[in-house]
Amino acid sequence: MNLNATLIAQVVVFLIFVLFTKKFVWPPIVKALDERADKIKEGLTAADKAKTDLVLAEKRVGEELRKARESAANVRGSAEKQAAGIVEEARAEAAKIVADARKAAESEAQTVLQRVKEDLRGQVAALAVAGAEQILRREIDAKAHAELLANLKQELN
Amino acid sequence: MSAEHAAAQQGVTSGEYIAHHLTYFNSIGGKQQAIIDWSVINYDSVFFSIALAVIASLVMWLVARRASAGIPGRVQGAVEMLVEMVIDQTKGVIHSAESRKFVAPLGLTIFIWVFLMNAMDFLPVDLLPNIWRGIYGAAGHDAHHAYLRAVPTADINITMGMSLTVLLICLYYNVKIKGIGGWAHELVTAPFGTSKNPVVAVILGFVNFAMQLIEFVSKTISHGMRLFGNMFAGELLFMLIALMGAAWTGANVPSVLFFIGDLVAALAWAIFHILVVALQAFIFMMLTLVYIGQAHEGH
Repeated sequence: MNLNATLIAQVVVFLIFVLFTKKFVWPPIVKALDERADKIKEGLTAADKAKTDLVLAEKRVGEELRKARESAANVRGSAEKQAAGIVEEARAEAAKIVADARKAAESEAQTVLQRVKEDLRGQVAALAVAGAEQILRREIDAKAHAELLANLKQELN
Repeated sequence: MSAEHAAAQQGVTSGEYIAHHLTYFNSIGGKQQAIIDWSVINYDSVFFSIALAVIASLVMWLVARRASAGIPGRVQGAVEMLVEMVIDQTKGVIHSAESRKFVAPLGLTIFIWVFLMNAMDFLPVDLLPNIWRGIYGAAGHDAHHAYLRAVPTADINITMGMSLTVLLICLYYNVKIKGIGGWAHELVTAPFGTSKNPVVAVILGFVNFAMQLIEFVSKTISHGMRLFGNMFAGELLFMLIALMGAAWTGANVPSVLFFIGDLVAALAWAIFHILVVALQAFIFMMLTLVYIGQAHEGH
């Protein structure tokens, strides 16, 4: 337990050692620690962001799916409508064609009927004239009585 | 058969063995007589203290040079753990970030260095002295005067040197933080305060100043003596345990019992000493931080 110059030597060595540590050892290690802390912080932030992004992406995917489904439904609806329209149109056209045909047939029948009536009327007039000729052989001159016969024919109409 | 008796048969008494082990390898080649003699220097303490400082510096410097923010290796991890521990402790005691830039490396230096110097105790108590005896004898000197003490912190010069340095740093921070005037004011007004009555104020000033002096002196002495006392006692106990082994007189029952006793006691004390070594290093560092922290705060 004797004090001597060792004490002074120790003071000097101590100060040198401390300054060495402060200058050459401490800064790089603390820098590495801080950098690692930053890295970890960045990593955690990135992970959080990725999580949020994933949620957003999932939401967007859902949205897109919904839209696609909606538009598919729209397409189907309009296609059905269009098909129905086409069918309707075809039906209408068919009905029109049928009606036209019926009309044409009717008018033709009418014409034929008219002609037949006319023929019949002509024949009846001829028969009447012939009958009247038989009866009035002498008195009736076809030429003189043509107007009379025409009137008769007219009345038979 | 007593240890003393056995040792005596080998030509050295227990007392001589202990005394030999407690003598420094110094510049006068024997025991220093005066309590304080600045012309004497203990080569062994200075050598081991510097050697351990150099080893610690080199290891830490290598780690620091290759330190990366990536995944640390084991050595880097160990140093980083120490650094983090010191940073945590420093933050708790010193609130000035500017001061921490110096005080935290100071704490790390103290912890590692004191730990290593304390850990010299784990070397077998006769190992280095015997090697030294061989070298000293081979160099043509009297091997009986080959003194060597391997534990620097069991030398009061080393511990008081460190605690004195800490005191100087405390004084520096007292002046730096409070200014010369502020600190001088604190010296005469704390801890008992002052008075409006000039006579009482002067008396209180003297009392306060005396208290401050006592505080600084007692802090410094207890700081150095605590570490010295622990390590000196540890070293001494290792020597006493070694005496049991030295009682070997041949393959007889007492010798074997002493031998076993030596092994058991040395093992037990070494294991317990792991705690002492680490704890004293930590305490020395913590007290340094606390004292410097006190220098930052007014009473």
